[in-house]
Amino acid sequence: MSFEILTYGFMHRALISGIAIAILCSVVGLFLVLRRYSLFGDAIAHSSFGGIALGLLAGVYPLWTAYGVSIISALIITKIKDKYNISGDASIAVLLSSGIAAGLVIIGFSGGFTIDIFSFLFGSILLVSVDDTVLILSLTGAILIVFLLLYRQILYSTFNEEQAKVSGIAVEKINYLIVFMAGITVVTSIQLVGVLLISALFVIPNVTAIMYGRGFKQTAIISMGFSVFSVVAGILISYIFDITPAGTIVLLSISLLAGTMVIKSAGLLSKN
Amino acid sequence: MSIVEINNLTVQYPDVKALDDISFVVNPGDFLGIIGPNGAGKSTLFDSMLRLNTKYKGTIKFFGQDIRRSKDYLKEIGYVPQKPIFEKNFPVTVSDVVRMGLRNESDENKIDEILQQLWIHELRNRRIGELSGGQQQRVFIAKALVNNPKILILDEPVTGIDQQSIELFYSILRELNSKQKITIIWSSHDLDAVNQLANHVACLNKTLFFHGESEKFFSNDELVKQYSEASMQEHMHHH
Repeated sequence: MSFEILTYGFMHRALISGIAIAILCSVVGLFLVLRRYSLFGDAIAHSSFGGIALGLLAGVYPLWTAYGVSIISALIITKIKDKYNISGDASIAVLLSSGIAAGLVIIGFSGGFTIDIFSFLFGSILLVSVDDTVLILSLTGAILIVFLLLYRQILYSTFNEEQAKVSGIAVEKINYLIVFMAGITVVTSIQLVGVLLISALFVIPNVTAIMYGRGFKQTAIISMGFSVFSVVAGILISYIFDITPAGTIVLLSISLLAGTMVIKSAGLLSKN
Repeated sequence: MSIVEINNLTVQYPDVKALDDISFVVNPGDFLGIIGPNGAGKSTLFDSMLRLNTKYKGTIKFFGQDIRRSKDYLKEIGYVPQKPIFEKNFPVTVSDVVRMGLRNESDENKIDEILQQLWIHELRNRRIGELSGGQQQRVFIAKALVNNPKILILDEPVTGIDQQSIELFYSILRELNSKQKITIIWSSHDLDAVNQLANHVACLNKTLFFHGESEKFFSNDELVKQYSEASMQEHMHHH
């Protein structure tokens, strides 16, 4: 039975989309983690909840409204944060709660939704369609190309904003670009792990990889490896044992982190 | 043509005037030491010269061009901040850090060259956070130099670094200025070092007390005494 599952079309789509999302989240998440912005993914995901509710109410495909609402609210909150000098964690708290609040009110207006909302809260990777898969692959490709083209500028402004400015990099534009791409990434990933567990994909593989890697590229590759492993193994294990994929994926990546911590405290990894 | 020309630069913060009507010129090949007590406006001066502060009156010109009009001049500048702030665990190696400074990625071998020149080539695959203060400082100088800048701007870059590293650092600066003809603008608390290295001195304390050849400054006992005391208080303050 174990190989039979690899012949199903839905499983192909789930694995292909899952791998793409794993790579995407690991790359975008690495920059968020290094900018001390780990929970930003969570905040965008919660604001997308408002967008999903809006889409369900209006009868539009909910992910489209989620893209719109998430990207716009992420950019607005970044602008507000810069203008009024609000700290990063406080702005995340504002964004996070306003999305959920708006979602709840919209759901109230519509008299409550049925099962639909749950697939967005907890993910539904085994249900992705061919269209979804194509969309996920194209967005992943597009965002990765932007990161490759602007690699030096993005890394430099993450490492030290002031020095990046002095070397002529348009740091503000880069910051908005990252927020914009994080918005797209989060909504794209909702199908895999749902609104509630997104930030796990952003944060956990990267925190783990930082303990291993020396250079930046090495760290990024290790993180992608952990992320892809957790997603692929998570999807397969959850199907075999008939448990939730989102929870399985996140628990697997947490166990990789825990294992790394054990190896590190046993002195088998160099201390950084 | 002068490299830097500052005319009537005034910076007014809400509660205090940080710089008051500063004018001076830096010529090619100058090694300018800027001295003055804490709060004298050295960092404000650098911030304004580097477009990190744009709220000032007066004009700042690099290579004859007003810096308000174009930021192209930044390509010719290598900047070493006082204490570069970064996460200790930031996963970048020494080569990664120097590469960030590199504008033209095809010049990859320039990285090895500059690391060798600054005696940190053997550290190239180490994480930046694992290095000592003096080693980190040399990495940041390497990053500043990797694009062959015409000007090197350094903001009190020996704070919290051991004596041996400081001496190595000074000999590197001397060589950059004398052999590679890089114009250096350097703020420091260390009068002896300024006396040994710089060929021009600017004494700053909101206004410009003195600007000229360092010999003229160091032969004026009254000025030297005044600034030695100011920097001594500064030193006590730091400890």
